[in-house]
Amino acid sequence: MSASTETLDNKKVWGGGHSPFGISYGKMMMWFFLVSDAFTFTGFLIAYGYMRHRFEEVWPVAEDVFTHFPFMHGDHPLLYVALMTFILIMSSVTMVLAVEAGQRMKKDKVILWMALTIVGGLIFVGSQAWEWGHFIHGTELGALQLADGTIVQWVDEAKNAFMIPGVADAITGSEAAAMIAQGTEIYGANLTVNEYGVPLFANFFFFITGFHGFHVFSGVIINFIIFVNVLKGTYEKRGHYEMVEKVGLYWHFVDLVWVFVFTFFYLV
Amino acid sequence: MDFDRTAEYAHKHSEEAGKKVRKMIWVIFWVLLAVTAVEVTIGLVWQDLGLNWSLVKWTFIILTLVKAYYIVASYMHLGGERKNFKMVVLIPFIVFAIYAIFIFLFEAMHLNLTDLMPLAE
Repeated sequence: MSASTETLDNKKVWGGGHSPFGISYGKMMMWFFLVSDAFTFTGFLIAYGYMRHRFEEVWPVAEDVFTHFPFMHGDHPLLYVALMTFILIMSSVTMVLAVEAGQRMKKDKVILWMALTIVGGLIFVGSQAWEWGHFIHGTELGALQLADGTIVQWVDEAKNAFMIPGVADAITGSEAAAMIAQGTEIYGANLTVNEYGVPLFANFFFFITGFHGFHVFSGVIINFIIFVNVLKGTYEKRGHYEMVEKVGLYWHFVDLVWVFVFTFFYLV
Repeated sequence: MDFDRTAEYAHKHSEEAGKKVRKMIWVIFWVLLAVTAVEVTIGLVWQDLGLNWSLVKWTFIILTLVKAYYIVASYMHLGGERKNFKMVVLIPFIVFAIYAIFIFLFEAMHLNLTDLMPLAE
C-alpha cells in the first residue's frame, strides 16, 4: 500500500488504518511545530509594528542605523543585510537540493548539499554577530541624550549643535551649550540606551533578530546531526531520506521568517 | 522497525522526475533573488526618485508575500500536499495573522493620533 494508491474518498479517508493527510506522523508534527513557531514570530513582528506606529515620530529609520559593510568606508545602507539575505536564500536552495537528492536515494549528493547548507548557515550566523557588534559598538560620533531622555544627533564633529527628531532646524549657540552641559553623550546601543533613537528599537532588534539567529543556530546543529547520520548511512539502511526532508522544512521556515524580518525591520 | 510506517509515505521519485524538480528549484531561486534585488534597489533609490512612500511600502509587502508563497509552496512542498492538509496548516495561521495585524496596528495608530506623550523612560 503506497500513498499514491490510496483513495481520496472522504468517507473512507478518515476510517483509520492510514494517514488521512497522506503524510507521515513525523512530517505532520514538524508542520504543526512550524505553525506554532510562525505564531510566535508573527506576535513579535506585530508587537514591533504596534510600537513603531505608536511612536512614529521618534522611531529610528533602519536605513540610517545599519549602514556598515565589511572592509568598506562610508554609508552603504541595506547592502550588508541584502548580502545576508542572499546567503540565506542560497542555503535554502542547497537544502532543497539535498532533499531532492534524498528522494532519488543519492547519498553522495545529499552529503554535498547538506554540507553546503551547514556552511551557509554558519556564514549567516557569523554575519549576524558582526551586525550585532556594530550596532552595540555604535558610531564614532555617538549621540547626545538630553536631560529629559530625548536622543538627539550631532550636526558635526564639533559637537556644539544638534538636531532634535521632528524639528527642522538645528539647535545651536548658547541654547545648545546649556542643554549639552546637562545631557550625556552616548555611544552604541544596548537594552537601556540607543544612540540611534528610542531604546525600544534596540530591544526589538536584539529580541527579534536574536530569536531568529537562535533558530538559525539550532538549525545548523540539527542539520549537522542529520548530516552525520547521512554519512553513517542510517537513512540508506532505513530505505528513505525523510529525516532530511523534515530538517529541510525547518530550515526553509527559518529562511521564510528572515524574508519577513528583512522587510519589516530593514525595508519598511 | 517502522512503527509509524513512515516508509509508506516518504516521497520518492525517479532520476527522470528529479531533473524536472531540480529545474524548478533553480527557477524559483532566480525568482527569489530577483525579487530581493528589486526590493533592495527600490529601498536605495525611492527617495531620489521621489516615489510615494505608501506605494513603496505596499510594493515591499506584496513582494514579501510573493517570496513567502514560493518558499512555502515549492521549497517546503506544501503545494504538493493534499488539500485537507494545506487547509489545516494555512487557515488557522492566516485567520490569526490577519486579525492580529488589524487589531494591533489599528490601535497603535489611534493612540498615536490621540496621545502624543513621548516614551516614558
